[in-house]
Amino acid sequence: MTHTETEKQQLRVVIVGHVDHGKSTLIGRLLHDTDSLPEGKYEELVETCKRRGTDALEWSFILDSFQAERDQAITIDTTQIWFNTDLRDYVIIDAPGHREFLKNMISGASQADAAILVVDAKEGVREQTRRHAYLLHLLGLKQIAVVINKMDAIDYDQERFREISKDVTEYLASIHVTPKLIIPISARNGDMISNRNKELGWYEGPSLLEALDHFQVPLPLQDLPLRFPVQDVYRHDEKRILAGRIESGVLRVGDQITFSPTNETAKITSIESWPKTETPRIKAIAGESIGITIDQPLFVERGHVGSSHKKKSLPMLSNVFKAHIFWLHDTPLKVGNSYKVRYGTSEAMVNVQSIERVVDTQDLENQDAASQVGRNEVAEITLRAREALSIDPYSDNPRLGRLVIYDEYDVAGGGLISMEGYPDQRQITPKSENIYKVDHFLTTDLRAERNGHHGAIFWFTGLSGAGKSTLAMEVERRLFEKGYHTYVLDGDNVRHGLNADLGFSPEDRTENIRRIGEVAALMADSGLIVVTAFISPYRADRDRARQASPEKFNEIHVQADLETCETRDPKGLYKKARSGKIKEFTGIDSPYEAPANPELVVNTQQNDVDTCVQQILTYVEDRVGLKTVKAQALAS
Amino acid sequence: MLSHLDELEAKSIYIIREAYSRIDPIAMLWSIGKDSTTMLWLVRKAFFGRVPFPLVHLDTEMEMDEVYAFRDKLVTDWNLPFEAAFCPPEEEMDQTLPPNTRAAARKTEGLRTLLKEKQYRGIICGIRRDEQSMRAKERVFSPRTLDGDWDHKNQPPEFWDQYKTDFPQGCHVRIHPLLHWTELDIWRYTQRENIPCCDLYFAKNGKRYRSLGEKNITFPVESNASTIEEIIEELRTTKTSERAGRTMDKETEDSFEKLRASGYM
Repeated sequence: MTHTETEKQQLRVVIVGHVDHGKSTLIGRLLHDTDSLPEGKYEELVETCKRRGTDALEWSFILDSFQAERDQAITIDTTQIWFNTDLRDYVIIDAPGHREFLKNMISGASQADAAILVVDAKEGVREQTRRHAYLLHLLGLKQIAVVINKMDAIDYDQERFREISKDVTEYLASIHVTPKLIIPISARNGDMISNRNKELGWYEGPSLLEALDHFQVPLPLQDLPLRFPVQDVYRHDEKRILAGRIESGVLRVGDQITFSPTNETAKITSIESWPKTETPRIKAIAGESIGITIDQPLFVERGHVGSSHKKKSLPMLSNVFKAHIFWLHDTPLKVGNSYKVRYGTSEAMVNVQSIERVVDTQDLENQDAASQVGRNEVAEITLRAREALSIDPYSDNPRLGRLVIYDEYDVAGGGLISMEGYPDQRQITPKSENIYKVDHFLTTDLRAERNGHHGAIFWFTGLSGAGKSTLAMEVERRLFEKGYHTYVLDGDNVRHGLNADLGFSPEDRTENIRRIGEVAALMADSGLIVVTAFISPYRADRDRARQASPEKFNEIHVQADLETCETRDPKGLYKKARSGKIKEFTGIDSPYEAPANPELVVNTQQNDVDTCVQQILTYVEDRVGLKTVKAQALAS
Repeated sequence: MLSHLDELEAKSIYIIREAYSRIDPIAMLWSIGKDSTTMLWLVRKAFFGRVPFPLVHLDTEMEMDEVYAFRDKLVTDWNLPFEAAFCPPEEEMDQTLPPNTRAAARKTEGLRTLLKEKQYRGIICGIRRDEQSMRAKERVFSPRTLDGDWDHKNQPPEFWDQYKTDFPQGCHVRIHPLLHWTELDIWRYTQRENIPCCDLYFAKNGKRYRSLGEKNITFPVESNASTIEEIIEELRTTKTSERAGRTMDKETEDSFEKLRASGYM
């Protein structure tokens, strides 16, 4: 990447604080006083305010573009606006101060390099002042300046300024934050924004505008150990390109790169680029989105993390870790619940093992152990995964050491990872245990050799009538004829025995699928090719079934649209569902969540049974064959 | 150390790859303008020369002739997986909308039809925050209802580079890889990468287009900038807004909000 253009650095600053303490006004004023408003914007503002019958100029209208925001005079969602000083370019991020919109404040603040905390001179430190300050700390923001706004409303009283400064400083100190500066201002009058005025003559520090230039652009993470989380794998002709962004460190052609958690090493053979350059690239650094090729056919997929092979530079491996989190979802986070977490490009299902404490951001002394974390609360929790994950605590790597928690489809919370009190399992456990707990004398490889093929799960999912059972039975028969060891799990042989105690409520469906997932995992582990034929409508359930045997699981989407299935209606179930005789029937009054990324899709609407069976057989044989699996997977 | 343009590029490529990895089926909107053509370039960078999803033009058949000529040339030169999706006529639009907003609403309807027909779960779209204050409030991954409606008063949280990529059936998501770019960034990058762009952006007889839209609702602005260098110089000092020549934005205080809430880009 050549760059000849001379350009200034960019710094992103978020403005936070309690509702009505004047954040949007401050930004409007800042833009006006630095002559950064587009032509006509000021006139438009005057016009809008006149039309809405407000006497004073509502500077916040510049940013609050939603009608609802203007009508209620509060900021609902975060926004960004550009301006510059002689030193550099700024992105100013406005964040709502109302408690209701905390999720939007976090969305804005998480993008910032520095923050300005706005405090009303009359009201002093309030609830959201404390909560926002605490969250900045939890979002990893270290550069914070405080402005005491509306100084005009307290007659520019120096004593009052000192008192509030002391309150703010004390609170920030208790969460280990030292403000860079505390500045008295009046955003409405433009005092100490870019102009100094004589009422504030007693203040000798920098104005807000000058203070911005005091912040530092964060240093790139080139000096930390290499972390290259794989985002995707592209097959281009003969090449297999591992695509991703280097989160920290440097990577060079010829380096040995180790992938975690699989713990396998290969040499980097190229850094791919387009358009083609005359000389091939040999080095890439933190922040770049790149693609590499390696010299070994290792099993590498999204979520695996590349690092230097040197022992000290590897990420930790652990199936248990701590997190310091904020929770935004309406449904509380509870001990015992399972959630999907993401950090870097890794995704894992984790169980909440314990909640160490729920932090009261208003009174830090008050910290009780609890069994749940409610909306907008902050807590320290311990999470446990099924298998060992590649983990970097936040203290080691600020990019990979932060995680996001999903509740079903929603981003529900996030925070920082800590490994305090937990050892790195890379040192204490042999490699095979990270993948599978094999206490038998017989290894899965030995079983595979005896059988002539590997065990695996082929999980058919699709609407009722899509053709799952038909295809499963035919695939089983053909595999059997070819000498494979195989078995189909379907409604008939599971619902009558193993799951006879379950009905069709969402909870029971989830439990039904959980048990089938576990049974299928055991059967596959014993060396069988397991085919399952269940509607399994919920994505989260199927993901959990995959977790039971991640290496062997293959999701096959048997696809046909609702109309087609309803026309087929082999068991007359749609008819019953339509007439209300069956409740919660998938596709009618209960949702079907199609797989986002299945290993295989067979369309029974466009293709006949034989074609579909052939597609599946080709895929199955490719997956379970001894040669192919060995070639792609674990090189040992 | 990475330059500012390198950082913008890396972030956009990350977003594009994330969308391609997590959302299926997916398509990209190409308006043939400077922004979505820059985005197309970034897509080719992300996938090493390939465009692994359909590139859709919401065609009102009212673009300027130069735009069509430029489009057809790139489609051939770059061998693009191009599709035109035709938009329904203005008479079928909500007649309570002001006239110019109504003309723009045709694209919304065109997109709605496309989504219905192709069942796309993701639409990549080249809007930027600095274009317009409604767009400034957007998320990178922005969920929509089946009708394309934007629930802008209750957007999901989005932090760091972790996006919401799972959705219940019946929704789709707009992906905005250029949200963090400015108009100036686009031109600087176009210059650096030598990306082709439509001639209408360059001044002739003291006028040029800063933003391209339909013939009937888009007008050129006063300018003598006839090269990219001159455009960059002009943008460094101008105080005229980019969409000054787009009449649909400002007929009423909330005309653009209404357009966007019902699914406009």
